[in-house]
Amino acid sequence: MQVRVFVTPRMGILDPQGRAVESSLQSLGFKNVSGVKVGKYILLEVQARTASEARDEAKKMCEALLANPVIEDYRFEVDGE
Amino acid sequence: MKWGVVRFPGSLDDGDSLYAIADVMGQDARMLWHKDESLGGVECVLLPGGFSYGDYLRTGAIARFSPIMKSVAKFAADGGLVIGICNGFQILCEAHLLPGALTRNRSLSFICERVWLRVENASTPFTRAAKQGDLLRLPIKHGEGLYVAPEDEIRQMEERGQVILRYVDAGGRESDAANPNGSMRAIAGVANQRFNVFGLMPHPEHAVEAMLGGVDGLKIFQSIAGSAR
Repeated sequence: MQVRVFVTPRMGILDPQGRAVESSLQSLGFKNVSGVKVGKYILLEVQARTASEARDEAKKMCEALLANPVIEDYRFEVDGE
Repeated sequence: MKWGVVRFPGSLDDGDSLYAIADVMGQDARMLWHKDESLGGVECVLLPGGFSYGDYLRTGAIARFSPIMKSVAKFAADGGLVIGICNGFQILCEAHLLPGALTRNRSLSFICERVWLRVENASTPFTRAAKQGDLLRLPIKHGEGLYVAPEDEIRQMEERGQVILRYVDAGGRESDAANPNGSMRAIAGVANQRFNVFGLMPHPEHAVEAMLGGVDGLKIFQSIAGSAR
């Protein structure tokens, strides 16, 4: 079952990459852009019988390794949901 | 005192750390391999700088799961002295042996320069050879040294004296310009609540002989050597 994990800098944490991308977009003329955050997109194949089982596994993986809760937020999507 | 320097795949400053401790300081030091589970009876573990596991995912995130890190965590829980320099600091934060995290420099650039640091707490095993307020001149070289922790946690750390080193200017004053990477409160080094685990972004092992441009790093190694149990 495919799991798609999105890891982004936490609200309130300085995100210099997001800030640099935002100012580049603005200098290109996209004046309507704000709140840019640069994060990671991680694709996983998880052996699971149900989507909810895959969800539980994904949550554990995010908390153990894929995201660092001090600086990052995460969310994920599971196939079939 | 018996020291162990952990070599991870991608470690860079392991050799220089061993040189500083063994050749310059004349201490008993050995290299430890990341796959070992034994610390070989050492009294201080040093996690060196570098790019362990290619800094994949996040700096220090993969090294934290090396077999030796289980032993390092147990050693720290038993009160053993652990110092992490640069990537070693990042590993200690990822392993939850130190509070906070290190993330991309504010400038997005890799920084390689000498900085001034003020000793904020000289009553720790890592700084006792210095005096509170002493200035140290040490090199930094990192892309991800911006220290971050939740505001309330930083406040508690300040109250407990866990902020050990801060970036300052040559006159010992804090300023935005003297903060090379944008660290919160210009924090360059922190300890845990028990003061037996210490992490810092500057490199004391690169400042141990006059020909290297300075000897202020010796203060850190002398402090630890003088703290043998």
